Amino acid sequence: MILGEKLTFEYAAYDETPPVLTLKGVDITVKAGEFIAILGHNGSGKSTLAKHLNALLVPAEGTLWIKGADTKDAENTWRIRQTVGMVFQNPDNQIIATIVEEDVAFGPENLGVKPTEIRKRVDESLAAVGMSEHSLAPPHHLSGGQKQRVAIAGVLAMHPECIVLDEPTAMLDPSGRREVMETITKLNRESGMTVILITHFMEEAAQADRILVMDDGVLVMNDIPRNIFRQAEAMQKLGLGVPGVTELAHELRRRGLDVADDVLTIEEFMSDKAIKSLL
Amino acid sequence: MTKITIGQHYPTDSIIHHLDARVKLIGTIMYIVFLLFVNHYAGYGVAALFLTGIIALSKIPPRLIFRGLRMIVFILIFAAGINLFFTAGETVLFHFAFIRITLEGIMMASHMAMRLILLVMGSSILTLTTSPIQLTDGIESLLNPLKPIKVPAHDIAMLMTIALRYIPALAEEMEKIMKAQKARGADFDTGGLIKRIRSMLPILVPLFVSAFKRADELATAMEARCYRGDINRTKMKAMKMTRTEFIGMGVMICFGGLIFLTRLL
Ligand SMILES: Nc1ncnc2c1ncn2[C@@H]1O[C@H](COP(=O)(O)OP(=O)(O)O)[C@@H](O)[C@H]1O
Ligand SMILES: [Mg+2]
Repeated sequence: MILGEKLTFEYAAYDETPPVLTLKGVDITVKAGEFIAILGHNGSGKSTLAKHLNALLVPAEGTLWIKGADTKDAENTWRIRQTVGMVFQNPDNQIIATIVEEDVAFGPENLGVKPTEIRKRVDESLAAVGMSEHSLAPPHHLSGGQKQRVAIAGVLAMHPECIVLDEPTAMLDPSGRREVMETITKLNRESGMTVILITHFMEEAAQADRILVMDDGVLVMNDIPRNIFRQAEAMQKLGLGVPGVTELAHELRRRGLDVADDVLTIEEFMSDKAIKSLL
Repeated sequence: MTKITIGQHYPTDSIIHHLDARVKLIGTIMYIVFLLFVNHYAGYGVAALFLTGIIALSKIPPRLIFRGLRMIVFILIFAAGINLFFTAGETVLFHFAFIRITLEGIMMASHMAMRLILLVMGSSILTLTTSPIQLTDGIESLLNPLKPIKVPAHDIAMLMTIALRYIPALAEEMEKIMKAQKARGADFDTGGLIKRIRSMLPILVPLFVSAFKRADELATAMEARCYRGDINRTKMKAMKMTRTEFIGMGVMICFGGLIFLTRLL
């Protein structure tokens, strides 16, 4: 689905400071239907990488193929942006229209889809994110979580095969975060949507099939969540944590309790042999 | 929520809501022009009846339409006052010092007041029954014939849509910044004009910075959703001239005819 080889990128410097490479030879592969989480401290290049995935940026060196189409080729740009949809961090700055359903229609309208077909897609997309009853609401009356779900619906209406979400929950309260995460995981499981989730929340990343960790423009880790979070110290060096329960398990191990070092959820933790024997 | 109610749209499933935005735009312009031609009270009566009919059809709670009038109370009193006191007239009803009230003055003032009230109520029906996007789409479509003389119809419409979308957001943000500055001891309410304008600077600077950041992010988000101007673009709510639309235009023309008949009275 996505194949990138030795991607490098630098932002044009607009003052004296010498340009620094934001991506330094990133290799990335994503298979159709995968749920990938990308972690990394602020400024590690996650957003820059994300913008490459739908040709908002093109690599200076290296090549990125989306379903076999080279993103550098301007002829592919629109098809790539339709194939890989993108949801951004700030829900207020990505909703264009003044009514929910008209915003969801924006993407397919740009693609030149027939009006009757757009109507159908809008209704389906709003249903998929559970926002049907708000189809006529003005966006500024919605909660943050609802706005992000509208943004996701706006992408779904373009019938993409992959959705890239750049810290979609960073500005939300806990209930909004849960709404968005439930929507994302449902899309991945039930519709087989390929999902690439950039996040700061380790609990969210733990739900992915695979985690990529970035550090200063380099992909430094690429593994299943269990193996990533087992390395709490390495993560700490990268300025990252591990999920709360995992941290607790590690702490207990250090104190001599034989808890597994790769628990990811509270349920797993509670059903761990060592914990059970304590209760 | 913010007090700003520009483009306050009140969705219902009425026939007026479903009417093509272009018809509503032209209808509103016709209505305003006809009002200017009224010179007999019967004309206002006809217009008021017509308006009542439209409001009933639109299923909009009348209080929303009257709410629009609150904003113009001041203008109304001012305009009526000027006409009342400064109309030269023969039939003096009341004279005290420099105040002279004439029958003609009262007539002019009441004409003015009725015209304004009917005008504001009529045009608020347009914004209440038409979503901003439909409105701007309508304007775009009406401006389209001007494209050959380089009128960027699509861009004007997109600009208006985005402005309407972001006015409430920016107003909210301004409130937030003002509160933050007040909490730090800023004073916006006292002092002369110059001092007050200067005290606004710490608000305007962050407001502009954030507006530009928003604009940049919004542009990226639009590009990510394949926006490229009006190339190969379609509309979900396609403009359509069906029987209802032609009947609507017919009704407007009849209304105009009635208004002109009242001039003969
Ligand atoms: N538009 C830009 N112009 C110049 N430099 C930028 C721009 N956007 C990001 N950068 C720089 O690129 C680096 C990586 O940024 P980014 O990809 O946003 O990281 P992340 O999303 O992981 O926080 C940062 O050092 C940042 O300062
Ligand atoms: Mg980022």
